[in-house]
Amino acid sequence: MKVEEIRQMFPALSQEVYGKKLVYFDNAATSQRLSSVIECQKDCALGANANIHRAVHKLAVEATKAYEDTRDAVKSFLNVGSRDEIIFTSGTTHSINLAASCFGNAFVNPGDEVIVSESEHHSNIVPWQLMCNRRGATLRVLPVDNDGHLLVDLLEGMLSERTKILAVTQISNVLGIRNPIERIVSICHSKGCKVLVDGAQGAVHGGIDVQETGCDFYAFSGHKVYAATGVGVLYGKKELLEAMPPYMGGGEMIDHVRFSGTTYAPLPEKFEAGTQNFLSVPTLRPALEFAQEVNKDAEVQARQKEIIDYLLDKLGNSPEIRLFGVPRGTEEKIPLFSFCVEGVHHEDLALILDKMGIALRSGQMCAEPLMDRFGVTGMLRASIAPYNTMEEAEYFVKCLDKAAKMLRA
Amino acid sequence: MKSLQEVKEAIVEDFSTYDEWLDKYEYLIELGKNLSAYPEEKKTDDRLIQGCQSRVWLDSEVRDGRIWFTADSDAIITKGIISLLISVYSGRTASEIYGDDFGFITEIGLKENLSPTRANGLASMIARIKTIAEENL
Repeated sequence: MKVEEIRQMFPALSQEVYGKKLVYFDNAATSQRLSSVIECQKDCALGANANIHRAVHKLAVEATKAYEDTRDAVKSFLNVGSRDEIIFTSGTTHSINLAASCFGNAFVNPGDEVIVSESEHHSNIVPWQLMCNRRGATLRVLPVDNDGHLLVDLLEGMLSERTKILAVTQISNVLGIRNPIERIVSICHSKGCKVLVDGAQGAVHGGIDVQETGCDFYAFSGHKVYAATGVGVLYGKKELLEAMPPYMGGGEMIDHVRFSGTTYAPLPEKFEAGTQNFLSVPTLRPALEFAQEVNKDAEVQARQKEIIDYLLDKLGNSPEIRLFGVPRGTEEKIPLFSFCVEGVHHEDLALILDKMGIALRSGQMCAEPLMDRFGVTGMLRASIAPYNTMEEAEYFVKCLDKAAKMLRA
Repeated sequence: MKSLQEVKEAIVEDFSTYDEWLDKYEYLIELGKNLSAYPEEKKTDDRLIQGCQSRVWLDSEVRDGRIWFTADSDAIITKGIISLLISVYSGRTASEIYGDDFGFITEIGLKENLSPTRANGLASMIARIKTIAEENL
């Protein structure tokens, strides 16, 4: 697919900001929406706005079909064995909170241990802290090296029969390096430790085959993979989900309710309490279809690699720029670059570049422990999607230089 | 010394000469760079203004019935903004500051042109200046 062809599929990209062409480089925070996604949500609102699963009328049947068909689309996207293993949530944060809380209630006892990596997003740290505090367990941290690689060699020594679960990101939202998930899973499983993978960045950059990888849980958000906001997915192995108590009560998750006690619905409804986001869930279908298409499109991948190489060169080889997440080779890096410019505050740069039409992220990026690890108060991040062009990358490098000069002069 | 009103009018006038926001930022950057040095030992948590993404310290002392402000920030545009505020309010009486509506900020369109986090930071800076004035009424 040609880049112009892709850009036409995303109507928001043609807008101007402050009279300048928009250069949207904040895709790791949220991606832009496909027109098919926008249409899908509109169609659902106009033609199938009814609460799902219960009512027998036409609109409810249509809404339920759109919702449940999406479960099949997710099933094929992640190569999940059973539909029962896919739970719709509001996003990655909800997915991880659900998994941490319910897994903790079922399997974690005082004196047990949980491991997270040093490069996790707050959403893959705090739910585990909360659970550990509640269950009397200890949270341990797998560190990263100076280039941002997880020190997986230390993992085996950290595991014991008390380690119940390890939570790790597939790709850090700060470092942009693919973690060796298969190796981590195999080390953990050899010691009886379960693994949750945070796929917030990974789902859109290549996705995952959960059966091949063997991970026990996988979480991702719709809005970072071209779909609507407010939807996400938690994949969990059936035997674990079945052993875990429900997260929230009410709505679709019940079987029978008596004041003497309640029985719960089977999977996956057991974990889908309350009215589901039935207008946004269906947008995952066109979104995931597009994601899969671009992931296997050689032309798109070649173009992305070219941009990665270009930015690795410009940001990685400048004496004034400190790049975080330096890969051993292009193949382990996604087009996501977090960096600091010598003597210039990240927020000043973001503010100036914004006025030049470039949308970047600045700050701690929801990863304060990682900021501490590298001894910085924040970073600047450029994250790129298949609709971004080499011209945009070149314009960004030029503007970055100009802005830094302006701030230093 | 010019009156509070005169100083504010001069700033509004200065800002109106720039069409582009990039030029306005250059002006703030200049202000930031020209702000007098702030002692390291005064970069304490109680002088730190909460609500800013970058760090901003504000110190004050009362001399001859007037409040004198000094400030610093690790980000230069924020430093320019606090410098702008200080240039207006430093050396004024508590009642002058407390009674002011800080309306010139709206007039120059500063708040509207900042990201929400920066705008919150600006609101926090103004709130701190007002609190200091209130404490000295």
